[in-house]
Formats: sequence, C-alpha cells, structure tokens
Amino acid sequence: MVAFDEMQPDQSGIRHSYAAYDRWWQQQDPARLGEKMRDAERVFRKTGITFAVYGEEEAAERLIPFDIVPRILSGAEWRRLTQGIEQRVQALNAFLDDIYHRQEILRAGRIPKRLIAENDAFLPEMIGVRPPAGVYTHIIGTDIVRTGENEFFVLEDNARTPSGVSYMLENRETMMQLFPELFQKIRVRPVENYPQLLRQSLAAVRPENLRGTPTMAVLTPGSYNSAYFEHAFLADQMGVELVEGHDLRVVDGHVAMRTTEGYKQIDVLYRRVDDAFLDPLTFRPDSALGVPGIMDVYRAGNITIANAPGTGIADDKAIYSYMPDIIEFYTGRKAILQNIQTFRCSEPDTLKYVQENLKDLVVKEVHGSGGYGMLVGPTATKKERETFSKKLAANPSNYIAQPTLSLSTCPIMTEAGLSPRHVDLRPFVLVSDKIQIVPGGLTRVALKQGSLVVNSSQGGGTKDTWVLDD
Amino acid sequence: MLLGRVANGLYWMNRYIERAENMARLVDAGLRMALTRTQSAEEEWKSVVLSAGVDSAFASKYSEYTPANVSDFLIRDTTNPSSAMASMETARFNARMVRTALTRETWEAINEAWMSLKRVLANPIDERDLPSVLDAIKRETALIRGCFYGTMLRNEIFDFAQIGTYVERADNTARILDVKYYVLLPSVSWVGSTLDNSQWESILRSVSAHRSYRWVYDAEYKPTNIADYLILNGRMPRSLTFCYRFLAEHLRFREEDYGLRLPCHQQVEDILSKLRSSSVKRIFDEGLHEFLTDFIRDNNRLGGEVAANYRFH
Repeated sequence: MVAFDEMQPDQSGIRHSYAAYDRWWQQQDPARLGEKMRDAERVFRKTGITFAVYGEEEAAERLIPFDIVPRILSGAEWRRLTQGIEQRVQALNAFLDDIYHRQEILRAGRIPKRLIAENDAFLPEMIGVRPPAGVYTHIIGTDIVRTGENEFFVLEDNARTPSGVSYMLENRETMMQLFPELFQKIRVRPVENYPQLLRQSLAAVRPENLRGTPTMAVLTPGSYNSAYFEHAFLADQMGVELVEGHDLRVVDGHVAMRTTEGYKQIDVLYRRVDDAFLDPLTFRPDSALGVPGIMDVYRAGNITIANAPGTGIADDKAIYSYMPDIIEFYTGRKAILQNIQTFRCSEPDTLKYVQENLKDLVVKEVHGSGGYGMLVGPTATKKERETFSKKLAANPSNYIAQPTLSLSTCPIMTEAGLSPRHVDLRPFVLVSDKIQIVPGGLTRVALKQGSLVVNSSQGGGTKDTWVLDD
Repeated sequence: MLLGRVANGLYWMNRYIERAENMARLVDAGLRMALTRTQSAEEEWKSVVLSAGVDSAFASKYSEYTPANVSDFLIRDTTNPSSAMASMETARFNARMVRTALTRETWEAINEAWMSLKRVLANPIDERDLPSVLDAIKRETALIRGCFYGTMLRNEIFDFAQIGTYVERADNTARILDVKYYVLLPSVSWVGSTLDNSQWESILRSVSAHRSYRWVYDAEYKPTNIADYLILNGRMPRSLTFCYRFLAEHLRFREEDYGLRLPCHQQVEDILSKLRSSSVKRIFDEGLHEFLTDFIRDNNRLGGEVAANYRFH
C-alpha cells in the first residue's frame, strides 16, 4: 500500500498547496531548522503545555512532540470538508433530539432499538429534556483521515468533550514565533479567534429565561486530569472561571460557585467532566468531580451544560456505522463525507469474517478512546492477534472492525531531512444558532515511520494545520 | 470575583515559595557557621533543624546532625514536606491549579524554577556544590518574586497571595528568633551584654539582615538590638512588624473592596497594634520566649481566620 503524500504524491512534483512552503524550505539552512525544532520544545516545556499519560507514573507530565513542518490544506479542500462536517453535525444534533424525544429513527427501523436501549451512553434522564436552543453538541471534534487527492473519510465524531483545541492554538502561536517571515509570505487563515468564538457560541445558547449577560465557567476534573492544561487555557482565553466540582453547589435552584465574596450564579457551564461524574445524585454516587443536583437545575432550564449530557450516544462506535443512514434520515441527502467501512462484530457472520481477517483490520472497542484497547492487525504479532481473537469471541458486541486505511502522509522534519509520516485531522466545530468551523484543526502525526497510530498517548505528535486563504 | 479555592491556592503558592527560600537561607546560615568555627558545628546544625520546625521528622530519620544529613533533609528530601524541593513542588502544584489567575510571566517563572530545581536536586548534593545549590534556590525564588511584583495586577489575587507570603515569613522569623535565643541565651543576665559571638551573626544571616543590621545599630551585636530589629523594626522586610503592616494593608484592601468587615480584620489590627505598642525592653521583661510563642499561635490563627472568612474551603 503506497500512501498518498500531501506534499509530493509522486515524482511529478510538489502539490500546489505546498508550493510556496517548499520554495521557502529550499532556502533554509538545515542547522538553523534543527535549532528551531529545539526552540519549540523549550517553549512548550516552559509554558507547561503538557499532558498526562494514564498509567505512567514516571512521566507524569509529558510534552506532545511538535513538528515544525505545517500540514497545509487549500481553500478548496477546506470548503469541501466543512460542507461535509456541517451536514454531519446537523444530523448529529437532529439525531440526539430525536433519540431523546420521539425516536422516529427507531420507529422507522433504520437503527436497531437495542443499540440505544442497551447502550450506557444513552441517558434515560435526558428523555424529554430539550436543551437551550435545542443544541446538544456545542463543541465537536470530527476526526478525518485522507487516503487520496479527493478521498476524505470521517473516522470518529467526538461529540462528548473533544480535546486538543489548545494544541491547535499553541501550535500556531509557536509557529508564528519561530517563523514570522513564513506568515508574511504565505496567507494562512487565522485560528486565534477560536476562544472568542467559543465564548460567543456558548453565550448564544444560555438558558432561555436568563436576562442579561450569562456568567460562564469551565468545569475541570482537576489538575491531575490529562487535559488540565487545555481546560485552564480555554478558561483563561475566554476570560471565564475555571471551576472544579467542589467549587460548585446548587443554591436556590441555580448552580453557583464559591467565591471569596459568597456564592455566585453560573448560567453556562462548559464541562470537561464525563456524564457519569456530572451529578452524584443522578449518576455515579461516588463522583467527587461533579455537582450534586445539577441535573435538576438543568431540567428546570436554569443552566446550559455544554455539551449536553447524553451526547455520547451519538459518537458511540457502534452508532458510527449507521451514520450514513442517520445523515440521510435527517438531512434528506447522502452524506458528503464518507464513513469508513465498519464491521459490527455483534453480527455473527461478520464476527467470523473479522476473526479470519484480523491481520488486515483495525479492531476497536465500541466505547474505547485514545487508542487504548485496540488492535492494529497488520502490525500486531500472531500471538497478539490470537489473544485478541479470544477477547472478540467472548464479547463480540464490544467491538467493531475497520479495514486498515492507508492514511495520507505529510513530511516531518527528521535528522535526515523531510520524511513522510501518516497524519489525521481534527477540525473543531462550534454549534449554537449557527455552525462555525475554525479554519484549521489539530493534525496528529505518527512519528514512527510506517506507524498508523497517531494518538498522543501512543507516541504521536502534532503539527500546525494551515488552511490557505486562496 | 475570585473563587475561594483559587484564593486558597494563591495563599499556599506564596507560602511555599517563601518557605523554599527560607530553607535555603537557614541552611546557608548553618553552613556559614560550620565554615567559621573550629569545633564541631553539630549544635548549630541542630538549631537549624529546630528553626525549620522539622526536628521530630528529622530525628525519626537521622541520629546525627551532620551537614550532609541536614542539608539533604531541608533542601532535597521530598518526604519532608517543608524541604525546599517539596515546597517548590507544592508551590508549583498550587500555581498550576490557579494558573488562570497568574500572569504568564509569573507562571513561567514558577514552572521554570521547579524544572531547574528538579534538575539541580536530582542527585544528592555534593558538599562542594552546596553554596551554588543554595544560590540557585535563592535566585529562582527572587525571579519569581520579581515577575510577581513586576507583572501582577494589584487586586484580590495579589492580596491573597501576599497574605500567604507574610504569614509564612512572620512565622519563619519568629521561629528562628525563638530557637536561637533559646540556644544562645542560657541566662537572662546576658541580655544586656555585648556579644562577641559569630552565632549572633548567624541569626541575622538566616534572615538576610547581617549587613543591614549595621546600618541601623552599632556594629556590635547586642541581643536586645537583634530582637528589636527582627521584631519591631517596621522597615526591616522580614521583621514581624513589617509583615504585619503589610498583612493589615492587604486585608484592609479586601475590606474596602468587598465592603465587608470580617473577624480577620480585627485580628490583624490587634496583632499589629500589640507590636507597635511594644518595646524590646518590655518584651524581654515579660519573656521573649513567651512573647514569640504567643505570636506564632496568633499568626497561625490569623491564617486560619482568613481562610474561613474568605471561604477558602
């Protein structure tokens, strides 16, 4: 399998979107670029842009490696992508509204009932609840992979609490510090206004009975969380408070935060805490991360929670395989962006096929994320595949399988010069009374040659993502 | 508007930065003593550990007050929560928690101090390197203070952080004075005398005041002058009165800003007026040890009262 390289797909030369960058690159002194690479690491470490890897005690705080070669998309490529993403996001919100109300899509038999009824991500507490402005997923990170000039696929819809946007912003900030001259030569569309857009977007979906400016806050599980840096970063950039569960309680039918002057009402909560921990009175009683009684306040319409509780039902990997149907059902059109062919191991014939073809497939846990608990068939050993096959047989409905795609590559800077590595892309989508997508996103890159796993927890790095203003 | 938890984080952030610096200064004073004396410096190192307020923890780990044991315990040992390294860890943990309340410069200074001390203190300190290690700690904390003073807005964030600084500093100065006088003054009859003893200099050294002392008093070290300097001199930045002038000021800013007078305001004013109406003679007449013990207790109470009044928890 030869991968599509986004800079130089074949001997015929550099693709148009990379032409100006390539001209600049040719004039650079490799030693100076090496120095820039080390500068970048210093900047990240100094500012504490770190993430925690679960289960690794020693490296409690690690840097996500940053590569100084940007990933570049043309304006035309971006327009096509955004059309597809908008359509998908509309469908996701319509699906959520339907699933928690009339469940037309189940009545129409387009999705098996058990997929909803037996799914932990479906919250019965949300049945009949309509969030302010009818928005369920305020912030979405759509993972996209590419396999050719015009072949883009959606890998995952992250509709719960997608992370990574702070890296998009810091990567750009770092690039502008390292290579100011590049941004004068090449017109790159800005991403810096994301925090303002997020703020406006959240303010637009404030509780409907609220008059005046809403008070907003970011809810973090705390500084031990792997994405704590991002939570603090976003609160800071938006100019809102960063709160933890024990800062909050319900006072007079509203959620309020404990300040040095007493309790102050919060109207919009951008929560980065999972559903299960949100309210110990409603969900997990042992949760110390949430706010007792917040679900009652929410149902009474006195607070906006972003994303709404229960959105996980829309990005579940088992639901994913039905996305083409879901999009068609709610938008009346075929999906603009393709899904990756997905085998549902819950179906006996399919399970057999998956077990027989493990060496060509990627198998994922239905509820897993972050690259944990998955099998990459082609690179796994025979023994690993055999062990995994047994796990599959024991609990088939816990897994889906997908063909290993030949992800596109972008060059990264190595000791020996530019060298292609596989990448994916996570653009960030904001939903309020409108849908906005900041031109850019988080490009994750597998730093190991030939590797297809881009997750930062598995040794992936990131790149600045440019959308050209052309 | 400031979250109670954030006020608490700021308070402890600055307390621990102050503590890290104090530990370095204490060990520095001990080291100086060890270098200038011919006989065993064991007693001096013992009083360093006492001044640091960690004597029982030290005794459970070591039987001998050697320079290597004491400096490792006070500087490097993270099982001692008050060691310079542990203090820096805690300060940085709190800073990270309240990051959105800090300027980028302040956060980066703290983060870099933590990274650099982690590197410097990765291995046991070679005796020959001790002076440069202590310098590094003092330099890092000075940098943090510089960034903090130079970039932070003078608002509630600044006030709560500074309250932490001065509560910690007052506690530290009072403790040093108490321990040293206990060791150095076996009899009250010595109080009026002039002392030709480098140990007195070590008291001043542990609060970085051995030079400035001579600008204010005779070149001779007198116990009454030293006590006057460290307790009552309102211009000496580590004296109890100085600390309380600023504690009272920061708390008054909160009172005016929030428009609310709380029990901590009365407490701080009471302690300050007690200091202002005191004379060093009266303090010695009534017993320095008793005076300092009361002060340390009141100072701790004030910290607790501020935490309760402003909903730190």
